[in-house]
Amino acid sequence: MSSKVIQAMYIDDDVLMSAVKKVRQENHHIEEVYTPFPVHGLDKAMGLAPTRLAITAFMYGCVGLSVAVTMMYYIMIVDWPQNIGGKPSFSFLENMPAFVPIMFEMTVFFAAHLMVITFYLRSKLWPFKEAENPDPRTTDDHFLMEVSVHGNEEELIALLEETGATEIKVTEKH
Amino acid sequence: MYTFSNRLRLFAIISFALGAIMVGFSFLNVPGSVEDMKAMEAAHGHHGGHGEAKHDDGKTAHHDQQKTDAAHATGHGSEAGGHHDSAKHDAHKLTQLQNKPWAAVYVAAFFFMMIALGVLAFYAIQRAAQAGWSPLLFRVMEGIGAYIIPGTITVVLLIVLSVMHFNHLFHWMEPSLLDPASENYDKLTVGKSGWLNGTGFIIRAVIYSSIWIAYSVLSRRFSSRQDESNDNSNFKKNFRLAAVFLVLFLISESMMSWDWIMSFDHHWFSTLFGWYVFASMFVSGITVIALITIYLKSKGYLEQVNDSHLHDLAKFMFGISIFWTYLWFSQFMLIWYSNIPEEVTYFITRIDDYTLPFFGMLALNLIFPLLILMNSDFKRLNWIIVIAGIVILFGHYIDVFNMVMPATVGPNWSLGIAEIGAVLLFLGLFIFVVFTTLTKKPLLAKRNPFIEESKQFHY
Repeated sequence: MSSKVIQAMYIDDDVLMSAVKKVRQENHHIEEVYTPFPVHGLDKAMGLAPTRLAITAFMYGCVGLSVAVTMMYYIMIVDWPQNIGGKPSFSFLENMPAFVPIMFEMTVFFAAHLMVITFYLRSKLWPFKEAENPDPRTTDDHFLMEVSVHGNEEELIALLEETGATEIKVTEKH
Repeated sequence: MYTFSNRLRLFAIISFALGAIMVGFSFLNVPGSVEDMKAMEAAHGHHGGHGEAKHDDGKTAHHDQQKTDAAHATGHGSEAGGHHDSAKHDAHKLTQLQNKPWAAVYVAAFFFMMIALGVLAFYAIQRAAQAGWSPLLFRVMEGIGAYIIPGTITVVLLIVLSVMHFNHLFHWMEPSLLDPASENYDKLTVGKSGWLNGTGFIIRAVIYSSIWIAYSVLSRRFSSRQDESNDNSNFKKNFRLAAVFLVLFLISESMMSWDWIMSFDHHWFSTLFGWYVFASMFVSGITVIALITIYLKSKGYLEQVNDSHLHDLAKFMFGISIFWTYLWFSQFMLIWYSNIPEEVTYFITRIDDYTLPFFGMLALNLIFPLLILMNSDFKRLNWIIVIAGIVILFGHYIDVFNMVMPATVGPNWSLGIAEIGAVLLFLGLFIFVVFTTLTKKPLLAKRNPFIEESKQFHY
């Protein structure tokens, strides 16, 4: 399935932000915005749903903590109890302070790595993936807004020109 | 301009008066002699403030004797030989009971002084970093920072009274410890007497206090001059002053924590103690900034302060709560792990005699703020910040309590009339001083070069 889109190029993030607000005010659907760097507040201006990555981070942290607790319990208490510094070596609770750094590190480790992996999966990114951005200049100093066209091409082009777009291109998106 | 509402003023005055009455009452109720103490215990059916103290008498005596030996290991070397002298135990307990109202006043005085000091440090960091988000809150910070004057004066006054032997809060001030002829002669205290002596103690206290008071007064003066000036010279002066203050602050705060807190347990030492006390004062200070900002906003002041400013303060509350736990744990774990007798007694007395405040403090200062402030949206809800703030402040009061009480009143602690009264007394003074200062200047630092950025601040 292919659909017609208009790609409007901007050279300033403030101009882009006001353009995004204007286009949305006129009830046009913005497919995607390509920027060379994260633009603060762009997600809110585009009306994107808030990220749920933070919730996954919390859950991964809980998993990491549980893994650390289970691991230390098995290694240090069940499998091979050792007498370190005269500490009671047969009780998890009484040895717990010594395990806190490991619990902390594992929590951070799991939360960080699994969150990055989730982010890649969710954004459909993997090694050697071909770039999706329609114009290589969006990796340097240009901003590109992609708006879907539903038979209102002329009107949209006029609107986008008014918002300060430096280039406007109508293409088929595959 | 802010006007101090009559209701709040009345609340402050009542709190102060009620606190003063409660503290006065607890001073009057202190047993004057061992006979008094026995009569009181009989009348009250033995003090039942907390579970830990409810041993039968013989057991408590034994227990306390061990504590005494542990805390003053070399000081009481002669009696550690085994014979548990019950007269000596009674005298020791009497001293602790006589210390109790003093210690309660000291904890509360220190706690509110520490809030003002933490706010001054936070304010100086904003100044030195030329932060763009916070100038809208500068007047609030300056107002809280002004409490440093009565705050340090009360603490220094208590210290001077200790040096003059009006109370026995600081055990190292006992002259017999330094006397080779005395049975209390303590080599360790003698070794430290170059630092821990009354004269030096007071001189240092005056130096610390003057540094903090000078910064509070000068920064407020430059800040209000900047409002009326045509250039940014006062702003630049404040920037340089903040940088100088931060250096002096870290040194003086660290040394203050050795003097004013760590010397209660004068045989014990911890190298990160200054940081630990700093984390406590920093998080308490930031919390009070957030609470007072929310209060002023609810009364229709600080119109331009928005959710994002509060969000940032709440992020600091969250982050510094974790930072405090990190330092607390770093101190605890090393001492627990190495288990060296002269160090570990510090935690053994706390875990044995202060079980609930010691572990409860972790719930209040780490687990509760961690869970409730983790969610980004929650950091913008006023009522969540207020609840978290009150819990954090209570938790850090308990933290100071745990630092001061074990060496001064031992197992005879309680959160009774003396403690609550002292908190009310200083709360009244704190509210009165802070809000009176707030009425003196406009709440908007209008000519701060970053004020526009602060107004536009959003996240």
